[in-house]
Amino acid sequence: MNFQMADLQLLAPHIVVLATALLVLLAEAFCKGERKGYLAYLGIAGIVVAALLTPRLFGPQRLGFSGMLAGDGFAAFFYFILYAVGILTLLVSQNYLRDERFEHGEYYALVLLALVGMMLMAGATHLMVVFLALETMSIAIYALAGYFRTERSVEASLKYFILGGFASGFLLYGIALIYGACGTTQIYDVMAYFKALPALTSSPMALAGIGLLTVGFGFKVAAVPFHAWTPDVYQGAPTSVTAFMATGVKAAAFSAFLRVFVVAFQGTHVEWSGVLWVLALLTMTLGNLTAIAQTDVKRMLAYSSIAHAGYLLVGLVVGTPEASSAMMVYLLAYAFMNIGAFACVIMVGRYGQENTSLDAYAGIGFRFPALGLAMAVFMFSMAGIPPTAGFIGKFLIFKAAVHEGYYWLTILGVLNSAASVYYYLRVIITMYFKPSPDEPAVDGLRVGPSAALATVLAGVGVLYLGIIPGGIIKLAEQAVRFMG
Amino acid sequence: MLDLIWLIPFFPMVGAIVNGLFGRRLPKGVVHTVACGSIFLSFLVSAGAFFALKALPPAERVFEQVLFEWIAFGSTTINLGYLLDPLSCVMILVVTGVGFLIHVYSVGYMSHDPGYARYFTYLNLFCFAMLTLVLGNNFLVMFVGWEGVGLCSYLLIGFWFEDAAKAAAGMKAFIVNRIGDFGFLIGMFLIFWVFGTLDFRTVMAQAPGALVVGGGIVTAITLFLFVGATGKSAQIPLYVWLPDAMAGPNPVSALIHAATMVTAGVYMIGRCNVLFSMAPVSMTVVATIGALTALFAGTIAITQNDIKKVLAYSTVSQLGYMFTAMGVGAYVAGIFHLMTHAFFKACLFLGSGSVIHGMHEEQDMRKMGGLRKHMPHTYWTFLIATIAIAGIPPLAGFFSKDEILWKAWSGGYKFQWFLGFAAAGITAFYMFRLVFMTFFGKERFDPEEVHVHESPRSMTVPLWVLAGLSVVGGWVGIPAALGGANNFHHWLAPVLDPAAVTETTHAAAPDLDGLLGVRTAYASEGAGHAEAPEGHGAAVGAEGGAEHHDPTEYVLMFLSVAYALLGILVAYFAYLLKPDLPGKVAAKAKGLYELLYNKYFVDEIYQAVFVEGTLALATFFWAFWDVVVIDGIVNGTGYVVRSLGGGLRLLQTGKVQAYAMTVLLGAVVLVAYYAVVAAF
Amino acid sequence: MLQNYIPILILFLLAAGFGLGVVVISMFLGPRRPDPSKLSTYECGMEVEPGARQRFDVKYYLVFMAFLVFDVEVVFMYPWAVRFQKLGLFGFVEMLIFLLILLVGYVYIWRKGVLEWE
Repeated sequence: MNFQMADLQLLAPHIVVLATALLVLLAEAFCKGERKGYLAYLGIAGIVVAALLTPRLFGPQRLGFSGMLAGDGFAAFFYFILYAVGILTLLVSQNYLRDERFEHGEYYALVLLALVGMMLMAGATHLMVVFLALETMSIAIYALAGYFRTERSVEASLKYFILGGFASGFLLYGIALIYGACGTTQIYDVMAYFKALPALTSSPMALAGIGLLTVGFGFKVAAVPFHAWTPDVYQGAPTSVTAFMATGVKAAAFSAFLRVFVVAFQGTHVEWSGVLWVLALLTMTLGNLTAIAQTDVKRMLAYSSIAHAGYLLVGLVVGTPEASSAMMVYLLAYAFMNIGAFACVIMVGRYGQENTSLDAYAGIGFRFPALGLAMAVFMFSMAGIPPTAGFIGKFLIFKAAVHEGYYWLTILGVLNSAASVYYYLRVIITMYFKPSPDEPAVDGLRVGPSAALATVLAGVGVLYLGIIPGGIIKLAEQAVRFMG
Repeated sequence: MLDLIWLIPFFPMVGAIVNGLFGRRLPKGVVHTVACGSIFLSFLVSAGAFFALKALPPAERVFEQVLFEWIAFGSTTINLGYLLDPLSCVMILVVTGVGFLIHVYSVGYMSHDPGYARYFTYLNLFCFAMLTLVLGNNFLVMFVGWEGVGLCSYLLIGFWFEDAAKAAAGMKAFIVNRIGDFGFLIGMFLIFWVFGTLDFRTVMAQAPGALVVGGGIVTAITLFLFVGATGKSAQIPLYVWLPDAMAGPNPVSALIHAATMVTAGVYMIGRCNVLFSMAPVSMTVVATIGALTALFAGTIAITQNDIKKVLAYSTVSQLGYMFTAMGVGAYVAGIFHLMTHAFFKACLFLGSGSVIHGMHEEQDMRKMGGLRKHMPHTYWTFLIATIAIAGIPPLAGFFSKDEILWKAWSGGYKFQWFLGFAAAGITAFYMFRLVFMTFFGKERFDPEEVHVHESPRSMTVPLWVLAGLSVVGGWVGIPAALGGANNFHHWLAPVLDPAAVTETTHAAAPDLDGLLGVRTAYASEGAGHAEAPEGHGAAVGAEGGAEHHDPTEYVLMFLSVAYALLGILVAYFAYLLKPDLPGKVAAKAKGLYELLYNKYFVDEIYQAVFVEGTLALATFFWAFWDVVVIDGIVNGTGYVVRSLGGGLRLLQTGKVQAYAMTVLLGAVVLVAYYAVVAAF
Repeated sequence: MLQNYIPILILFLLAAGFGLGVVVISMFLGPRRPDPSKLSTYECGMEVEPGARQRFDVKYYLVFMAFLVFDVEVVFMYPWAVRFQKLGLFGFVEMLIFLLILLVGYVYIWRKGVLEWE
């Protein structure tokens, strides 16, 4: 154990968020009253403090805790994506839970604990830490998914738990095989080992390990064919948790996916990129095609989240630094637009009635202009129409793919993205061009200051990234350079 | 001080945001204080920037401020930055100065309008866009401003959108502008293609090396840019929107159609003077179109009876002069006329607004007359501005217009000179026709019914300021031939001095006697100035070239003044002494009169050819191509995709066992694949 | 390399064969004379409570979960205790932090009344 005090610097943001989570838990236990919505702001304060500690990590890579955790630009960039996700989720949830009469502190504590897990995934440079972080995140998310204790919510939780456990098994088995092949699970050591021993690229054990790791990560990012849980879980879980899962879990899983595959397995890029090529295509296509057939907005967004995982996988297939930085920008953009969209979905519902069917949206664009505008912005962004963040993200990823000569994948990706416009615009068309029924299902919005703030923040983020993305893109490019 | 130039567009933007978001709830006093205050602050900063720039030696009078990196892709970055040099400095002073006066005027003019806050929001937004346009340090920022003023003009022209005709006028302006913008865009793409950047200074610095003088590329670039300019600055063939645009409130006409937006095209050509100077063909096109427009619009103005329509065509005609100047390579003269025109035309528009206001929304001059007694302030200011536009010395219009005509003549553009010269007298004629019909003679309305009144102080004070500027505004550019120092030329020379590149342009034009003299004068002016940055006297001394001046210059000067006086006399004779004469003439030359009165039927021709033609084409595309072919394909694809999606949906059984099975199967396939890879 | 695993495979087959074999053999050899008491569930000789699908009090689960967590905690502390001297101050502090986090959980379930049976 060669521990240095300086290592704590790498862990400082995690410690802060974890401490906040425990504080929230204690506050829930000791503070009187049934309504603990204000604890969300305590959580946000914690995240802000962690965010203040993060910029110091942005720079050349430093490894700590015997090479288990990295402090580098890559991790720091992901931390910031996760902070954005965390803050927006807490804001959205605060409003939502009050309306659903479920204002308990545990919820916020669980969100923060999941956030710690996600952050560890982004910083981990050791496969065991990746696994532990993934479990930390997942267990909190399982509990969150079943938080409402309604039949659907619990069903979602249980399905996610069972299948998640199943997939974790594959991941762990994969790690074991990699250990068997390389004798180490430290990511940079694995990379060096593959480099030193080219024969390893045809070792069945190493390749099977890579395959099983693909299954484990593929499950978490909802890649086809490991996606089957996604629609049921996303639809059943509380909407705020769905937003959290779709953005936070995806970002965290992709951060680990990136570091493990692009760094540790860079010696076998030829082998695994072919597999991911197929997965990316399947994921985009199936996600988009099935989303077209949905009549429920929440479920549609679940399938759309599968499709977006497909676009992101394109970046992974390419595997160049350019592609990695494109994925990071994409994930940030996705965090803004997806949480924003879910915030709008929440606002359309009311106590005991989620109103997520597309028919409920008829005519609300004119009855609630601000909400309509926000939803339209998020839908345009998801569809990848400029000047929104979604366009920039897709553009960067496809540009990176073209640079490396992945023409077919790019063409198929762009075709997919064109098909996706159909179901995103259908929401807008329903909102603006379908007359609202005489007795509309939505007779008012549940808008609190926090949800409104979250929507505005997300909208500003989407437009900022869409209109002046230069700074963020540059930051992501620098961040990747520090990944090593 | 120079570091603060970002504030110049910033203040109006803040004003627009404040009034746009909260204006409806704020009292009117706050609304117009915010609006006028913001533009006034911009003016102060502009003035400060002017003095700061003036303090520098001429060669260093360029200041670039990059606010942030806007777009970065690959090795290309486009910054959002501002460029302050003598040219943009003149522009910001005109925009903020005249803009401020118009804001103040609007306080009185719009005081009873229910859309008070909306009006000032648009006005501030417009100023923000215009300042972005002139301050931008690259084509893209300029284009943002370019589109911004287009949008704002649409909003302002259609400000009273309850009236369908006015809303349609707004749309017409927007659509015609879009056609021009398309040209501008293509020009911009070409520039990016050739230079790999859109930065003004880089493009201009690299142009001589990267492009062949008179080559196809530079000609294409400049012609496309010029198409953009014809849209924005209302030149043939895209001028049609401007007369209709008089539907907007009067101060809007003054702001957009006199002082700011329509000058954007002229400014843009000035900004790209290096490129234009390299493309003699484009130069000839610009000069010819400009001169034709000047005469063409002038003739239409003769027959119009709507006071604003006359001014509108007059604006088109005056813009023609500016383009003539640009086309003959006399960039400084063009910008000079731009500035003086901003003063007197703003004064005229505001004066006409005052008349309309006083006459209770009457715009037909045939129902006016004798207003001299009722509205003394309006009358005097209007008269001063009219004399200025007619080109009578020593008012502003004389110097600037005369310089253009002289440069056209001496540059060998005799044909363009002739057109411009012909238009000069016509200008004097129709402007004085306007004055005589409006302010002199008998009242052709019932004073008992229409209580004519002078406008409030907030409207007359800006009028007087502008009238004053119309008098003295030209004195900064008195040509050397009249013993002036032509400071304006010295000021702009670092940006617009064509000496380095005119060789070719002039080589393309037939050589002339006057040419040599002018060239020498140019060189000595430049040299004199470089030696003595502040000493105007020294510059005059160094020039020492009064004897170089071609006597022709004086002859032409005399001719044009005499011709203008003749125009005034004819107007006096026809509209005051023999008021029934014009009717007789119109009856005699009925065909010609009808032609002019109906504006050469250009609107009708456009309607028949472009609008109806487009509609017919659109109907064909819609009814056959779209509905049958495209929709067939799209719906077919959609049907297939949807049924596929519906089929895929069935895979989602909701059973955990099935889901786990898919995961397992996926894993097996993956591992099997890798096993195969490993085996081979 | 895979040959090394052959003994394990043999063991695996033997174990499976033995288990299966015993069941199959007893099916054929054993006499079968079922009566109600033989077919009932074996519950330490007590009277059989009706139905396996009976509802349990949720408190069982809560207490069990709490027990499990603290049980595992102790398992974790064993190897730590063995290596305590080697780990030094760092190990000590780390274990304190670990216990502190668990303590927060403990305080939480206590306050929430998980430990009160009635």
